[in-house]
Amino acid sequence: MAITREEVRHVATLFRLGLSEEDIARFQEQLSQIIDYFQVLQQVDTEGVEPTSHTLALENVMRDDEPRPSFPHEDILANAPFREEGFFRVRAVLE
Amino acid sequence: MSDRPLYDLTAHEAADLLARREVSSRQLTEAVLERIRQVEGRIEAFVTVTDELALRQADEADKRLAAGDATPTLVGVPAAIKDVICTKGVRTTCGSRMLENFVPPYNAHVTERLLQAGLVMVGKANMDEYAMGSSTENSAFHPTHNPWDLDRVPGGSSGGSAACVSAGEAFYALGSDTGGSIRQPASLCGVVGMKPTYGRVSRFGLVAFASSLDQIGPLTKDVTDCALVLNAIAGHDRRDATSAPLDAPDFTASLIPDLRGLRVGVPREYFVEGMDDGVRACIEAAVRQIEALGAEADWDISLPSTGSALACYYIIAPSEAMANLARYDGVKYGYSNMQGESMFENMERTRQYGFGDEVKRRIMLGTYALSAGYYDAYYLKAQKVRTLIRREFDDAFQRCDVLLSAVSPTPAFRLGEKTDNPLQMYLSDVCTIPVNIAGLPAVSVPCGFVDGPDGRSLPVGLHVMGKPFDEPTILRVAYAYEQATDWHKARPPL
Repeated sequence: MAITREEVRHVATLFRLGLSEEDIARFQEQLSQIIDYFQVLQQVDTEGVEPTSHTLALENVMRDDEPRPSFPHEDILANAPFREEGFFRVRAVLE
Repeated sequence: MSDRPLYDLTAHEAADLLARREVSSRQLTEAVLERIRQVEGRIEAFVTVTDELALRQADEADKRLAAGDATPTLVGVPAAIKDVICTKGVRTTCGSRMLENFVPPYNAHVTERLLQAGLVMVGKANMDEYAMGSSTENSAFHPTHNPWDLDRVPGGSSGGSAACVSAGEAFYALGSDTGGSIRQPASLCGVVGMKPTYGRVSRFGLVAFASSLDQIGPLTKDVTDCALVLNAIAGHDRRDATSAPLDAPDFTASLIPDLRGLRVGVPREYFVEGMDDGVRACIEAAVRQIEALGAEADWDISLPSTGSALACYYIIAPSEAMANLARYDGVKYGYSNMQGESMFENMERTRQYGFGDEVKRRIMLGTYALSAGYYDAYYLKAQKVRTLIRREFDDAFQRCDVLLSAVSPTPAFRLGEKTDNPLQMYLSDVCTIPVNIAGLPAVSVPCGFVDGPDGRSLPVGLHVMGKPFDEPTILRVAYAYEQATDWHKARPPL
C-alpha cells in the first residue's frame, strides 16, 4: 500500500487529528488507493511550467489602515464552548 | 393567473405577481411553508427551516412593496441558503457536528446583499459536511433525497439547495461550488445552477473549504432566475481580498434567444469512459439544438489534461482545506471535547468527534500532500498541472466562445451506492472540476431525462463553460437553449 499505518498515524499527529485504530486501518486502505490514483500526475510533463496557486491576476491587495469598530465582545464570546470572566477558557498549555 | 400552485412558479413569475400586487409575499411564503410541510419529510432538503423568520421578512417585504419599492426584482420571493453561508442569528452548521450549534455573529456578503434585495429566507439547506462530497450523504444530520426519485441522491455538496428548488420548497437557493457542488446537484435535480467566475461573488462569510476554488452561486428553476439572483449577489467586496475589482453587468441583458455568430466547442475528453449512453444522447441532441439556434459547433475540441484534473484537484483542494480546518480547535466556537489529559489531546478529541469521515480523509490527504518530502511530488506538481489545464482552456477559448459537455457522466445514483468507495464518489465530478481549477464560470441547464431502471425519469444537465468573467455569454447560450426546449418546465412527481 502507498502509505503505511505508521505514516497514517504520523500525518494525523501533524494535524492533531484523533483517529481510532479502526479509522487508521480504514484510512490506510482508502488513502493508499487515492494516492495511487495521484500517480497519473507523474505522467504529465511539467518541465519548465510555472505553478498556479490562484487564477486571478491579483497581487498584494492593499487597503488603508483605518480604525473601525470591532465586534462586540459578547457577540464573539457567545459561541465559546467554555468561557470565564470574559475570556475563552482553555486548558493550561504549560504544565 | 394560471391554475399552477404558487410554489410551482419560477422566482421571476412570483416577482411579477408581487409587483402587480396579485399576491402578497406573505401568501407566497405561506404557500412555500405549506409545501415544505407536505414534502420535506420525504426530501429532507433543510437542516433548519426558519418559518417564523420567513413570515416576519415577508411582512417587511409586503410593506416595502406597498410603498412602491419593487426595484430589486426579488423583494419578497422566498429562498433558501446553503448552510455553509453565514446568516446572522441563524444557526449555520456546515452540515457538521463541529458547527451544530454555531450561530454566526455576522452575515456573509451574499446574505447582506439578498437582505437588501428583500430576502425571505425559509431555511438553511442541507449539504455534505464542509461542502465535501457529491451526494449530500456526508451531512452529519441526514441525507437529502432526490425529488425525482427518493431512493437516489440529489448530488452534492449543495444537494439541499438543488432539491428544495426542484421540489418547490423555495423559489431559488444559494449554493457553493468548489469542484462542482452547485452544477452537479443542479444537473441531478433538474434545475439551473451556476458557478460564477472565481472572484465574481464575494466569499466573505462563506465557511472556507478550498479558498482558491470556492465560489458562491445560484440554483434556480430557470435561466432568467439565475441571471436575477446573480445580479443580486455579484460585484466587488473589499472584505474578500480575492474579490475581483470589477463592476458586475446587468446579467438579464444577456437573455437573448439567438445564438447566431457564436462558436461553441465540444471537448472530446469530456465524453469519459463509463458515461451513461442516455446522458451522452441528451448532450449530443442539445449541441445539435444549439447549432440549430444559429451557433457554429466544433465537435473536435481537445483539452488533453482533462484526465489529470481530478488528481490535481484532490491534491489542491484537501491541501487548502486542511489549512482552513485547522481553525477548529474547540476553543473559540464549535464542538469542544475537554476530556483529554492535555491541550493537544483535547484538540485531537475535538476533531475526532466533531468531524465526519470524509472531512477527516481530506484533512489527511492535504496534510500528507503538504508534509515534508512529499510537497514537490504532490502539491507543487498539482499546481503545475493546474497551469497546463488553464492554458488549454485559454487555447480552446481562442477558437470558441463557450464549451459544452455533460455536467455529470451519469444521472443520479442510489443512496448508499458510492459511500464505501471514496474514489468512485470523486469520479462523479470529473466534468465539473476542471472549471474550478481554471477559475472559469459555468452553468448547468436541464437538457433532458434518462429512464432509470425502475421506470423513473432522471434529469440530465448540459454544462456550458465560459471565459473568465464572461457569464453573459454562458447565460445567453443557456437561455436560448432553454427557451427552445421544455425541460425546465418539468416538475418532479411528488
